[in-house]
Amino acid sequence: MNAPIGRMFGVIILLFTLLVVWTTRWTVIDSKALQNNSLNARTLIDEEKIDRGRILADNNEVLAKSVPARGGTFTRTYPTGSLFAQAVGYSIVSEGEGAGLELSAGSYLRGVQTGLSSVFGQLGGSTQVGDDVYTSLDPTAQQEAVSQLDGRVGSVVALDPQTGAVKVMYSNPTYNDNDPSASGTNISRFNNATQGGYAPGSTFKVVTTAAALDSGKFTPNSIINGNSPITVSGVPLENDGNQSWGPVTLTKALTYSINTVYAQVGQDVGRATMQTYMKRFGFYSTPPLDYPPNEMIASGVRTHAGGALLYPTNTGVDLGRMSIGQERLLVTPLQMAMVAATIANHGKLMVPHMISKVVNQDGAVVDTIKPTVYGQVMSAANANAETQMMTDVVEEGTGTSANLEGVKVAGKTGTATVGESGGVPLDNAWFIGFAPVNNPKVAVAVLLPSIPNGYGGQFAAPIAANIIKTLLAEGQ
Amino acid sequence: MRVRNRELLGLLPAALLVTAGFAGVFIQRSNQLSSVSLTYGLIFLGLCVAGHIFIRITLPYADPYLFPLAAVLACFGLVMIYRISTTDARQQAQWFVLGLLLFAGTIVVFRDYRKLEQYRYVIVSISLVLLLLPRVPGLGDEVNGAYLGVHIPGVFVFQPTEFAKVGLVVFLASYLRDTRQVMVMGARRFLGLTIPPIKHFGPVLVIWAVAMAILLLLHDIGSSLMFYGALLAMLYIATNRVSFVLVGLVAFAIGAWYLGTHIPHIHDRVEAWEHPFNSHLYNKVGGSFQIANSMFAQAAGGLFGQGFGEATLTIPGTHSYLLPAPDTDMIYAVITDELGLFGACAVLLTYLLFVARGFKAAILARDSFSKLLAAGLSSILALQVFVIVGGVTRVIPLTGVTLPFVSYGGSSILANFVLLALLLLVSDRARRPARA
Repeated sequence: MNAPIGRMFGVIILLFTLLVVWTTRWTVIDSKALQNNSLNARTLIDEEKIDRGRILADNNEVLAKSVPARGGTFTRTYPTGSLFAQAVGYSIVSEGEGAGLELSAGSYLRGVQTGLSSVFGQLGGSTQVGDDVYTSLDPTAQQEAVSQLDGRVGSVVALDPQTGAVKVMYSNPTYNDNDPSASGTNISRFNNATQGGYAPGSTFKVVTTAAALDSGKFTPNSIINGNSPITVSGVPLENDGNQSWGPVTLTKALTYSINTVYAQVGQDVGRATMQTYMKRFGFYSTPPLDYPPNEMIASGVRTHAGGALLYPTNTGVDLGRMSIGQERLLVTPLQMAMVAATIANHGKLMVPHMISKVVNQDGAVVDTIKPTVYGQVMSAANANAETQMMTDVVEEGTGTSANLEGVKVAGKTGTATVGESGGVPLDNAWFIGFAPVNNPKVAVAVLLPSIPNGYGGQFAAPIAANIIKTLLAEGQ
Repeated sequence: MRVRNRELLGLLPAALLVTAGFAGVFIQRSNQLSSVSLTYGLIFLGLCVAGHIFIRITLPYADPYLFPLAAVLACFGLVMIYRISTTDARQQAQWFVLGLLLFAGTIVVFRDYRKLEQYRYVIVSISLVLLLLPRVPGLGDEVNGAYLGVHIPGVFVFQPTEFAKVGLVVFLASYLRDTRQVMVMGARRFLGLTIPPIKHFGPVLVIWAVAMAILLLLHDIGSSLMFYGALLAMLYIATNRVSFVLVGLVAFAIGAWYLGTHIPHIHDRVEAWEHPFNSHLYNKVGGSFQIANSMFAQAAGGLFGQGFGEATLTIPGTHSYLLPAPDTDMIYAVITDELGLFGACAVLLTYLLFVARGFKAAILARDSFSKLLAAGLSSILALQVFVIVGGVTRVIPLTGVTLPFVSYGGSSILANFVLLALLLLVSDRARRPARA
């Protein structure tokens, strides 16, 4: 009987081999697929158990932190609430939801480990602790933006033009990221600064000027006829108050925001060149900000139906009106801040970013975000010439209310009529600018949409001046 | 080294395992090493040494590895159960003590285990009655559509299949010892297959009927497979005829196919096995939730596992298990989650070593009854491991049987200690030097 006993043991070894093979399937071969299976609740539960890192402002104020919750999990609280709700966003792991930096900086905050450290982490049985994310966001200036908007709908974006660091990003309406599911009349999770498309009005003339100068077709002293009205694309175009200026320099045309001159300049520069420069400024692309791409939109001409992007080379686009910020051009406040920052930084556009460094729980810097160049939009010489033109706007033109004591400010106003209410035009009031002119530290874009008779110089410029003043006072 | 000293040394891994395991769980729980872990280690070392001394006195020639291997499994199981539920672990420890007493009792009472043969029909009758008890109204305990336990109100729930498996193996060993010769001699060739005479094959057919009845009445695929597998294994060992096994397999396959398509509970289990991620089956009561989460748990373990006490067992903040029955049916998935593929293979290897020692005893045994008894007990234990681990790893449809010595459960611990006692008795007699 010994022979069949031996063979029976062989059968048992075979059966056990099957068990080992199948265990190997689930633990090794199909492990990734099983962990990503949508029915697998462990993935989310494990993530809830991670002590996510904090998000901090440039003065080390805590904007987001983890607090222990039941069953060894953590939830997030946001000490500054609505002030930084749009920039910081929120994270509800159990729902698989997130927004803002909480989403885009997720891998830093979770402290995803690789290689050896994870093996040792397992042996030690320690809970996974995330890294702290330090940002360039400035609470004082952000608070100033809130007071300046004073409850009105609007957006303020401020950048360091030399590094691309985002100092201020605030929009009304906002929400409290401690309670992201709340709804109400003045509550919105929609970030107007990055997701809102608005007619830019005359602030877009900064882009047209850049194309005009850098393409070599115009200089600041080129003379163009500023009479009103002229016919553009078969339709009469008027200056503000239908004022005829006669022959004027390009500088004067920018200073007093003369529409008829800029429509001609744009048409003269041509569709292809305008398109080239717009793309260099970042139009027609989702902004390169370290922010969730689905919470940003590309700026550019968009169709009324469907909102698809239309390129200037498309002959259906009214080039003349686009050049003065009309047509169907829709831009985000972030994009216009990038335009101001480009001129300020001698024609070099820096990639905008909120994260400055990532520090682990031992205090070691894991990652430093170095300033990176998005592109040289125009030559430094032409950018400096345009800076001079924009300085005239603030000193003697439409933007005088952006003047600051002791600091030279360059800028451009925008007033885009978008509707009418009881015979009074509703305008997007814009101001984009930067300071100090000789060594720009702050570039800013301010928008107040749909203000009755909302001249940019009157409504937006003072806000921009206060933001600039606040940031410069902090030594920015 | 002397045989019994080897056994004593073999207990060291068990003691170390239980101490290190408890220490691991404690460190994870409270970030501090409590002296309780050492106490647990000492108590279990003490119990195992007591068991060892008892064997030293009563069975001086028995296989030195069987007892330490069982102790390793039991201690390991205790750590895992403690990690899952502290109260269950305390009860399991009590069952462990009772199990050792029953172990000693079995050795004393059946010192000459061959007298079991005299009672074979009593034993088989008791086993069959035990098997049917879960279906008795008022006693039966239905769990997820299967009748697995007997519930005596206010006293306890016990699983008769655990005891019946030992009884049936004893009966088969005795019966096949008597009939193996005539089954082979009287066999006729039919359609190229060797068919044994019906007269002697009758009781074997009875076991086939029992296996089918377990399926039909108890809806218990696991036990059915285990019993029937053990029957075929013993039939093969007794007659050395592969054709008997083939006929048996075909008969079982036909019966299982018919019942699998006609009994809803069994059909559900098969469907869950085939489509664990079908969302309809996943959300259905008694559907594929358990097997799917078993696979998720194993996937989380990976090669090395997450570490003792690190697996996610419940939904945070609640007491609802993400993996139902983690300390009984699903304990292998928890082991894999926490100790990874390596830990799981180590457990399987321990079982394989135990079975190998059981077979070794069978080979060394001098009489047919002893051989069949040792081989049958080893086979049924191996098949039980295959049925539950195979179910948890989705080799076969999942059904509830315990992982011997490791799973939480009094019946399982007690019955397996009886099984261990019988193996040691066979082994002691086999290895005893012939008296001059």
